[in-house]
Amino acid sequence: MRPSNFARRLLYWLSVALGLVLAIVPLPEWLSPVRPDLALLAVIYWILTSPRIAGLGYAWLAGLFLDVLRGMTLGQHALAFVLVAFLTHRTQLRMRMFPILHQAGAVMLLLAVYHFVIFWTDGLTGHGYTGWNRWLPVLSGTLLWPLIVAAGDTLTRRSR
Amino acid sequence: MVELSHDSRPIIGRGPPLGATFLALAVAAIALMVADKRYNQLEQVREWLSAAAYPVQVAVDLPFRAWDWVTGSFADRNRLRQENLELTARLRLANLQLQRFAALEDENRRLRDMRENSAGVADRVLVASIMNVDLDPFRHRVLVDKGARDGVFKGQAVLDAEGIFGQVAQVHVETAEVILITDAEHAIPVQSNRSGLRTIAVGTGDSSRLSLPFVTGESDLKAGDLLISTGIGGVFPRGYPVAEVTRVDRNPAATFALVDARPTARLDRNREVLLVWFTPPAAADAAPEPEAPQ
Repeated sequence: MRPSNFARRLLYWLSVALGLVLAIVPLPEWLSPVRPDLALLAVIYWILTSPRIAGLGYAWLAGLFLDVLRGMTLGQHALAFVLVAFLTHRTQLRMRMFPILHQAGAVMLLLAVYHFVIFWTDGLTGHGYTGWNRWLPVLSGTLLWPLIVAAGDTLTRRSR
Repeated sequence: MVELSHDSRPIIGRGPPLGATFLALAVAAIALMVADKRYNQLEQVREWLSAAAYPVQVAVDLPFRAWDWVTGSFADRNRLRQENLELTARLRLANLQLQRFAALEDENRRLRDMRENSAGVADRVLVASIMNVDLDPFRHRVLVDKGARDGVFKGQAVLDAEGIFGQVAQVHVETAEVILITDAEHAIPVQSNRSGLRTIAVGTGDSSRLSLPFVTGESDLKAGDLLISTGIGGVFPRGYPVAEVTRVDRNPAATFALVDARPTARLDRNREVLLVWFTPPAAADAAPEPEAPQ
């Protein structure tokens, strides 16, 4: 039980870290506004499958790291990550029971909350960007959610 | 349906309650934001954190560099020879023009008032590469691979071969973040090369367009004018090309004309840029500082 617990924890850390790395991989200019928030989706997925492992602290740290990599203000993404993680924890019992489409809708709401926090803090700190395409990652993340669930389930079933 | 795992029981009765943890972390994040925005104590913290981020950035940049190196090493001999001939021809032409520039510069200095220092040429230049790392897609900022270790300072002017590129917004140990002139938060004082009209060119968030919002309807400016830097404020060296005016819409009802300009510098990604050191001219009269973004 214990070694496999650690293996799952490691997988959690690595998958979020991979999401962070992919956040800065260069994309062609027309594609980059659509970049999905893979690190956040990984956090949501792990909170739904193993809430004991996926706590709020690591989500906060991941957000902070994302701030350093490409944020405008330190703490901005940390706040957004921890808020989404908290909301996911609160509703994970119900969310787990949803059919996959219903669940994707819930994930869309979470992504919208995430981007709204970023949007709001950008405005507060004077770096506001009001273009409509800043909300595109909400759509791309939602569309990607079923794939992430499929991939994650395949991976964790193997390591069990 | 999401797969249940064996330890999927929620965290109840173990460790601090969820709401308290969330509140503590949220307050910490907000405190960080406030500190970062209002005070400058966080500069040190940011430097440490970006030192941790640096290996990740290098790791992402490396495959692209490696690919460039591989394709460069195996380049066709004929193509190289052709490129060599073209470059030699361009260099010859550039040297010719440079001779004339030296004579003009001397004549210019003689004709000017002795108080005004006609410094416009850079004293020292450092070549930097733009790293293949994407920052926020809605801001026009890039990461270059020279930092505090190489003497780069905040607010340093960045040029490329064709014109003014931007300025250094943040300096880290090994890297620096450069804000482009097309970023919506950037403004640069410019002057029309033809008419001498002085105004400010502001970024629009569109990578091929600058806006000149303070040009009145009667100003002597027309499409095709070359805008050069005035050097006011001491951030950018004087006399370097910034943009070419593309559109002047004079509406008699509006206070200001709608003027657009296209930057001369090539602001796309895979290029090298020059970080410059120069001595700013001692202004005869106190000039207002241009807007310098955070």
